[in-house]
Amino acid sequence: MEQILVNGAILSANYALIALGITLIFGIMNVLNFAHGQMFMIGGLIVYTVCVVFKLPYAVGLLSAAVAVGLIGMLLERTLFQRVMRISSREENTMLLAVGTALLLENIALYVFGEKQRGIPPMVSGVYRLGSAFLPANRLLVFAISLALIAAVLLFVNFTRQGRAMRALAQDRTATMLMGVDVNRISMLGFGLGAALAGIAGGLLISVSGVNAGIGTAISTKAFIMIMIGGAGVIGGALLGAVALGFAEAIGYALFPGSVTYLLIFTALILFLLIRPQGIMGKPWG
Amino acid sequence: MMETTRRRLLKGVGALAVAGVMATAAGLGATGAAFAEGKTLKIGQLGVMSGAEASWGLVNKYAAQATAEMWNAKGGVDIGGEKYKIEIVSVDDRNDPKLTVSGAERLMGQEGIRYVIGSNTDVTATSIRPIAEKYNAMYFPYASSRSLYTKPAENAVMGMVASYQVAPAILKLLKAERGVKKVAFVARNDSDGLSNRDDAVKAAKDLGLDVVSADATYEANATDFFPVMSNVVATSPDLIFLPASAPSNTPLLMRAARELGYAGLFASDSGQDIKVINEMAGDAGNGLVSIGGASADAIRSEYMDDFIKAYTKVAGEWNDEAGTKVYALEVILATLQATGPSAIEDTNVFKAAIPGFSMKNPFLKEDSKLTFTGEADYGQKRQIGVPLVLTETKDGQFTTLAIGQVD
Repeated sequence: MEQILVNGAILSANYALIALGITLIFGIMNVLNFAHGQMFMIGGLIVYTVCVVFKLPYAVGLLSAAVAVGLIGMLLERTLFQRVMRISSREENTMLLAVGTALLLENIALYVFGEKQRGIPPMVSGVYRLGSAFLPANRLLVFAISLALIAAVLLFVNFTRQGRAMRALAQDRTATMLMGVDVNRISMLGFGLGAALAGIAGGLLISVSGVNAGIGTAISTKAFIMIMIGGAGVIGGALLGAVALGFAEAIGYALFPGSVTYLLIFTALILFLLIRPQGIMGKPWG
Repeated sequence: MMETTRRRLLKGVGALAVAGVMATAAGLGATGAAFAEGKTLKIGQLGVMSGAEASWGLVNKYAAQATAEMWNAKGGVDIGGEKYKIEIVSVDDRNDPKLTVSGAERLMGQEGIRYVIGSNTDVTATSIRPIAEKYNAMYFPYASSRSLYTKPAENAVMGMVASYQVAPAILKLLKAERGVKKVAFVARNDSDGLSNRDDAVKAAKDLGLDVVSADATYEANATDFFPVMSNVVATSPDLIFLPASAPSNTPLLMRAARELGYAGLFASDSGQDIKVINEMAGDAGNGLVSIGGASADAIRSEYMDDFIKAYTKVAGEWNDEAGTKVYALEVILATLQATGPSAIEDTNVFKAAIPGFSMKNPFLKEDSKLTFTGEADYGQKRQIGVPLVLTETKDGQFTTLAIGQVD
């Protein structure tokens, strides 16, 4: 039982970082970012390059991943998404654009970084015991960094001028414009922050699970499950979705054969959406 | 001012486009001229080259391209007194049978290619069969399903050693030499993973081993194996067998088990890559027995050294998995050399040559023969007689445990 709780908590914290980024982007721009998993992947591969190829400290790698993926996100928002949203009123166009972006990033990564799984050694070694549960020190460190980053994002969104502007934008774009907020700049900043969070998550988890150029779709799928559970565009919902998925996986893998776990998760998700299609906390998140 | 700039920009882009088209045309002309001097033999390569399993198909592609470059550098392959340049035509099926079917149609139908390397899984390889039979083309899958190679099927030739041939060999060796008694299995939850698992479980039971866990599976897109391994390690096995585990998953599975206190052995019936194991698992990567290729230091020939160089040039870095995939194109070319040019278009000639074909294995230092095999498993020779090389990871290296032969 202790092992299930430990596994669930660690998975939840890891997933929360991924879910936070995608829900920020959805909340601010109403864009379902299908390329979120690819941004996670690029963050991991940047950390790999900095730490393994250039042999620089891990902190430099993580910072590089956050900055580089954040800038990629801002660039994509400014050059692609903002334009498509301006000239097209159909929401599916931004979705198709996101799918295209995902394929583009995946193929660039495959070309630049190759087909192999990339990983870095654990930042710290050793295994702790919590009752009968095993807790590797590296996972504990990733868990702690994830919690700190989640707290930082919550503080930023709730207590800074830009964060409040993002929340306002998510609630009512027109009213936010009328208040004199530069919505284009805030959208770009929000997209960049969401992308940077994905990059950081990839950079953290490369020391746990590694990344490869093709991992993006799987990560995006999990991110979508989380925001469907919690409610798209709601920060609290993203965290709730992450906890729900993390513990569902941990409990499922402990009690059922692996193949049954995701079958049950998807079945439960469908039944849940039939009852509450907007997720637990719905939208908007102001 | 703005208008002028934009116009200039458009003119610049236009000029670049025209220059690009002209350069491409010139390049095509040059290529056409080069090929006009001799004949070209097109070889297809069909497999998964994007997504999580991209490494399987890409290694096939790079291996085929490296082999082709080596032959082309010598002026081409001599078939019936004429030199043929080898051209590899690759199609990515994304591990999706629908795309495999359209890819096979393109290669075998539109391109008229009669020899195709791939695909990489049972499901996709099975989907090629009707197209291969329609065009009477040969294909060389990296898939274990017996139905692909057993009559009435006769167009597929397995390019590797099958899981049900590897698993008994590994289990027998570890039982005899390492005292393994209790085995747990952790399989990927897809067709290949589960069928390989079932074959390996049967082999373990036949050998009298105690199967302490056989139900644990993980999703193909899993990134965290701690929950799955928690259950498996709790059964206290001497050996954790990882059927059809991808090189990307194996080190993570091992690391999770080691972090949970597991100190026993691991085994896998699929090819792995030592660099990935070292990067991802570190010391936790010791003690993995798996199928190796022709690249182990102790066994490889100078020709294999050349292949490694050519592969590294093509792919950017060496991949140990390629050591298990060097054989398909080399055997296709040698068989065509033996039959003469008629087999290039008529695969019935190729099929007729299979039973009597034999060549020196160019990749191994020691003098050994490379033939078609598979009669014991399929009732006909529809498998390349790849040597069964078993390796163990030790201190960041693959060490060769045993070399055998299928059939």
